[in-house]
Amino acid sequence: MDQLQKDMLEKISDIHEIPEGAYNIRYNGKLEGRNTTANIDIVTKTDNPGIDIIIKPNTKNESLHIPVILSESGLHDMVYNDFHVGEGADVVIVAGCGIHNCGVDTSEHDGIHTFYIGKNAKVKYIEKHYGEGDGTGGRILNPTTNVYIEEGGYMEMESTQIKGVDSTVRITNAELKDGATLIVKEKIMTHGTQDAQSHFKVELNGMDCSANVVSRSVADGHSTQTFTSEICGNNQCYGHTECDAILMDAGHVKAVPSLQANDLNANLIHEAAIGKIAGDQLIKLMTLGLTEKEAEEQIVQGFLK
Amino acid sequence: MIKLEHVSYQVAEDAKNKEILKDINLNIGEKFVAVTGPNGGGKSTLARLIAGIIKPTEGHIYLDGEDITELSITERANKGISFAFQQPVRFKGLTVKDLITLAYGEQLSITDACKYLSEVGLCAKDYIDREVNATLSGGELKRIEIAMIMARQTRVSIFDEPEAGIDLWSFQNLIRVFESMRKQIQGTVLVISHQERILNIADEIIVIADGRVTGQGTGAAILPSLMAPKEACDTLISKMNYSEQEKQ
Repeated sequence: MDQLQKDMLEKISDIHEIPEGAYNIRYNGKLEGRNTTANIDIVTKTDNPGIDIIIKPNTKNESLHIPVILSESGLHDMVYNDFHVGEGADVVIVAGCGIHNCGVDTSEHDGIHTFYIGKNAKVKYIEKHYGEGDGTGGRILNPTTNVYIEEGGYMEMESTQIKGVDSTVRITNAELKDGATLIVKEKIMTHGTQDAQSHFKVELNGMDCSANVVSRSVADGHSTQTFTSEICGNNQCYGHTECDAILMDAGHVKAVPSLQANDLNANLIHEAAIGKIAGDQLIKLMTLGLTEKEAEEQIVQGFLK
Repeated sequence: MIKLEHVSYQVAEDAKNKEILKDINLNIGEKFVAVTGPNGGGKSTLARLIAGIIKPTEGHIYLDGEDITELSITERANKGISFAFQQPVRFKGLTVKDLITLAYGEQLSITDACKYLSEVGLCAKDYIDREVNATLSGGELKRIEIAMIMARQTRVSIFDEPEAGIDLWSFQNLIRVFESMRKQIQGTVLVISHQERILNIADEIIVIADGRVTGQGTGAAILPSLMAPKEACDTLISKMNYSEQEKQ
C-alpha cells in the first residue's frame, strides 16, 4: 500500500496497516487485498460487483474489515455486499469509504450492504465516510444498508461522516423479528455547500423487538441536511428515534421523525431538537479560558464524539 | 485582590435606563468573602461583571492593580478568574472528565480528575465518564461545577448562589465543601449566598441591596443587622405611619 492508501485507511477504519483477521480492501473499483479465516469467508459475487461474506454460526470475537478507497477522479464505483451472519455469532464489522479526489470529475461510491443476521447473533457495524483532495470534482457517497434481524439477533450500527463528502444520500432499512434489537448511532457534519440526506425506515415486526435510532449532526457553512426516520410498530415492541442538530453559520437542517403504531402494544417515541450552540455553553467554556472559537470546537467535537 | 471603582451597570427597560448597580466601590482581598442581600439587588450582576460576562456602563474593575474592565471573558479567565454559574450548563456529548480537563487546562490523569470529584463528594468512578447532560440532577451538576473551579486553581473563584436549586441532602454536602475550601483558601473566594451557614464561615460579608453596597465587614459586624433587619422594619413602620397620617 502507498502512503495515500494508508492515510485513507486510517481515516476510515482507524487502522494503519493491513488489518488482522478477515478483510477485503477495494481500491479504485478493484480488489486490492483479501484475507479469510476459518470462520469468515469472503466470496466475489458473480452477478454484480461486490462480495458475499459468510460468517459461520457461533463465530466469536472476530472482526472483519471491508474498506473502500477511491483516488481516481471521475470513477463511479458501485458494490453490493451481502453479510450472512450465522446464528449465535458475535462479530465486529468495520466498513468505510474514503474518496481522495484531486481531479475535476466527480468520484462516486454507492455501496449497497445487506445484513442477514441469524438468531441470537450479535453484530457491531462501524461505518465511516470521508472525503479529501483539492480537486474541483465532487465527492459523492451513497450508502444503502438493509438489515434483516432474526429472533433474538442484535445489531449496533455506528455511522460517521464528518468531513469532505459533497453529497450523500444514506438509506437504511431494517426489519426485526421477535426479540431482535437494532441500535443506530449516526453522526454527520457538513460544511460549505455540502448536502447530506439520511433516511431510516424500521419495521418492528416481532414480539418484544426494539429499535433506537439516534442521529447527531452539525450543519456548518451553507450546507443542508435532511433526516427522516420512520419507525413502524407492528407488534408489541419499543421504538425510539432522536435527531439532534446544531446549526452554524447558514446551515440548514430538516428533521422529519415519523412513527406508525399498528399494534395496541407498540410503544414508540420520537424526539428532535435543532438549534445553534447555546450562548451559555460558549460562555461557560470561555470562563475556563477557551476562546469563543475553541469553545465552539469543543462543543461540536463532544457532540459528535 | 479585586477592586471595583465607581462601577455602575445599566440596562434599557421600557425605553428607560434601569440602574442595576450604582457607583459600586469595593476592595475584595484574598479571603473568603460572602456577598448577600435581597433578590434582585444586583449580586449576580456584580459577579458577572467581575467575570467579564457583562461590561460595566461606568467605572473600572482591577485585578491585582491591572485594569481588566475591557478584557474579554477568556482573557480574564486566563488571568485567574473562575466563575461557577448559578445554573450550571449542560453539554450533550461532553463528559465530566472533558470538562474537568478543560478547567485544569491540560491533560490530567484519571486519578487527578477523580481527586476533584471526590472533594465535592461525588464517587469519581460513577461520574468521570458521564455526559454532563440532563440525566444529571441539579445537585450533581452543582458539585461538578464546583469541582471545575477547584481544578482551575485560580487566584479568584466566584460562586453564584451555589445553594440555589439543590435539595437539602446535597446542601449539607455543599456546606462541607465550602468549609473545607475555607480552610485551604488560596486567593479570593467570593460566594454569593443567602445561606446563614455560608455567611457564618465567611471572613467578610458584603451586603448589596437596591444596586448599592449597604454593608461590608466581618461576620460579627454584619450578621446581627442581617438577622434582625431593624432598618427595614423601621422603614416599613415609618411608611405605615405616613399612610395613616395621610388618611387623617
